[in-house]
Amino acid sequence: MTAVLLIEQVLNGLQYGVMLFLMAAGLTLVFGVMGLINLAHGSLYMVGAFACAAVAGWTGSFVLGLVAALAAAAAAGALVELVVIRRLYARDHLDQVLATFALILIFSEGTRWLFGSFPLFLSVPSALVGAVTLPGGIEYPLYRLVIILIGLGIAVGLFLLIGRTRLGMRIRAGEADREMIAALGVDIDKLYTMVFALGAALAGLAGALVGTIQSVQVGMGEPVLILAFVVIVIGGIGSIKGALVGALLVGMTDTLGKLLLPVGFGLFMEPSAASAVGSSLASMLIYMLMAGVLLLRPQGLFGDA
Amino acid sequence: MREGWVSVAVLAVLVAVPLGAWALDEPFVITLATKVAIFALAGVGLNFALGFGGLVSFGHAAFFGIGGYAAGILASHAANYEPLMEWPFAVEGSQQMLVIWPVAMVVSALAALVIGALSLRTSGVYFIMVTLAFAQMLFYFAISWPSYGGEDGLSFYVRNQFPGANTFDPIQYFAICLVLLLAALALSAVLLRSRFGLALEGARQNPERLLSVGIRPFGVRLTAFVISGALTGLAGALYADLNRFVSPSMLSWQTSGEIMIFVILGGVGRLWGPVAGAGLYILLEHQLGGISEYWQVFLGMLLLVVVIFARGGVIGVLSPRRAHD
Repeated sequence: MTAVLLIEQVLNGLQYGVMLFLMAAGLTLVFGVMGLINLAHGSLYMVGAFACAAVAGWTGSFVLGLVAALAAAAAAGALVELVVIRRLYARDHLDQVLATFALILIFSEGTRWLFGSFPLFLSVPSALVGAVTLPGGIEYPLYRLVIILIGLGIAVGLFLLIGRTRLGMRIRAGEADREMIAALGVDIDKLYTMVFALGAALAGLAGALVGTIQSVQVGMGEPVLILAFVVIVIGGIGSIKGALVGALLVGMTDTLGKLLLPVGFGLFMEPSAASAVGSSLASMLIYMLMAGVLLLRPQGLFGDA
Repeated sequence: MREGWVSVAVLAVLVAVPLGAWALDEPFVITLATKVAIFALAGVGLNFALGFGGLVSFGHAAFFGIGGYAAGILASHAANYEPLMEWPFAVEGSQQMLVIWPVAMVVSALAALVIGALSLRTSGVYFIMVTLAFAQMLFYFAISWPSYGGEDGLSFYVRNQFPGANTFDPIQYFAICLVLLLAALALSAVLLRSRFGLALEGARQNPERLLSVGIRPFGVRLTAFVISGALTGLAGALYADLNRFVSPSMLSWQTSGEIMIFVILGGVGRLWGPVAGAGLYILLEHQLGGISEYWQVFLGMLLLVVVIFARGGVIGVLSPRRAHD
């Protein structure tokens, strides 16, 4: 194994982490502000990917596809919030889990109905095809680098939005005391719909960006959803900073574990056994990370006790 | 209507349908009824933690799958005459259900002990996600561990044996599953009336008050979680035998969701809730599946309606409880 490979995988881990952050940010925001556990967040990711693939295939423009992904996911999020989700805020978590599980069934099968069971193809926009040479002579795909930059840019934007704007102030106030900000004249229903649509748009964007690397198909959202849950459990539910740290931790652990564990076991085991043990352990590694964090800090790294 | 009468009606349907199918020589319907009994057993297991203990586990597929793999691994070793392990002591595979069931239950109970001990350090939404994550961990382990079929799953060609019965005869296998389901229901009923059951009820309703009378909720909850895991594991072993096949999909998060649906559709915290729920689910799957390939859209909508409007599920609607219960 060379240093170049290692650095490449670190960048892949970063890219993975940044995508997980886009998912986890929406989840943690919705949980922090509305106290809602939303399993259908992965469906919004899928909606974004399908909207992007359909529009990009139809117009030939990836940028239009991205715009469509954001719009479709935000619209789907707002619609779902208005019709279903707002009836669930006052309910316990069990009802929320079940209702949003039902939404997954509707979204997944509905998408299969519209688009069929075959994966859609979404190609990397031509301007971003190819590799760039990084300092040190490392070749890395330009598109993945752009994803990392977009993701980090959105993370900065989100921190500014929450910390520096009036909307962000209201969101933070909503987390702290719902009745009080309603009494101060903020339209809390509208605020909730906006927060939910914002989270949905982030998920849709993640889906569209990843759609070019993986295939766009029904059921693509749920594995990412569960990883995003792991992220926010590690980071502390409700904390955007925790979501960022957790996402990067999970992205790195998963990517590097898959690279290093089989090699590590290879030092003292036969190659075939080492790769079997190494890869099975690597696939469980992030859950072990989560269990470890919970043992030390049950409320997550940045959660309130 | 009294809950007792609703339960009798549910049991009557569960017994009458396969007997009728047996008389009319419709083995497929008997198999469907067997599936209902097995899913109901898994639900009875989950209901113990979720309904009576208030522990919203979204990872019961872990125990269902562990039970299934216990059955599959024992049976495949026995079929190939390979010992399970030779060191430090020899363990042979087995095709006897009377051996497989206890093994499945003990292994799932041990898994529930570990998962529960870690997960119960958290509560609320963390608990939901942590149990889910542990189930996912086992799911990915099953996929990437090549010895027992990995992603393709593990088939065994002969259904395991039960002394004095021909387990290949659908109605006899149904009877076995039904008896186990009834035994699990009886066990639940007895436990709930015991001191332990009262403490569990207390831990759900008001942990502080339970603590103030000198009982730590953690131990009570962990015990409930372990019993719950063992029952669901037994259901997994039966399900593996029904299909003569286990695969990682038994461990998947969709399976956790389905087991939860059985409990909720029937009525959370009702003894017979999972039986009614599993029956309704299989009926819907069969009926809606005949109308449209995309039947899960309708299932999803129905579930939404149940969660939002018909709280308490089938049994809750038929025999509502007063608010202070």
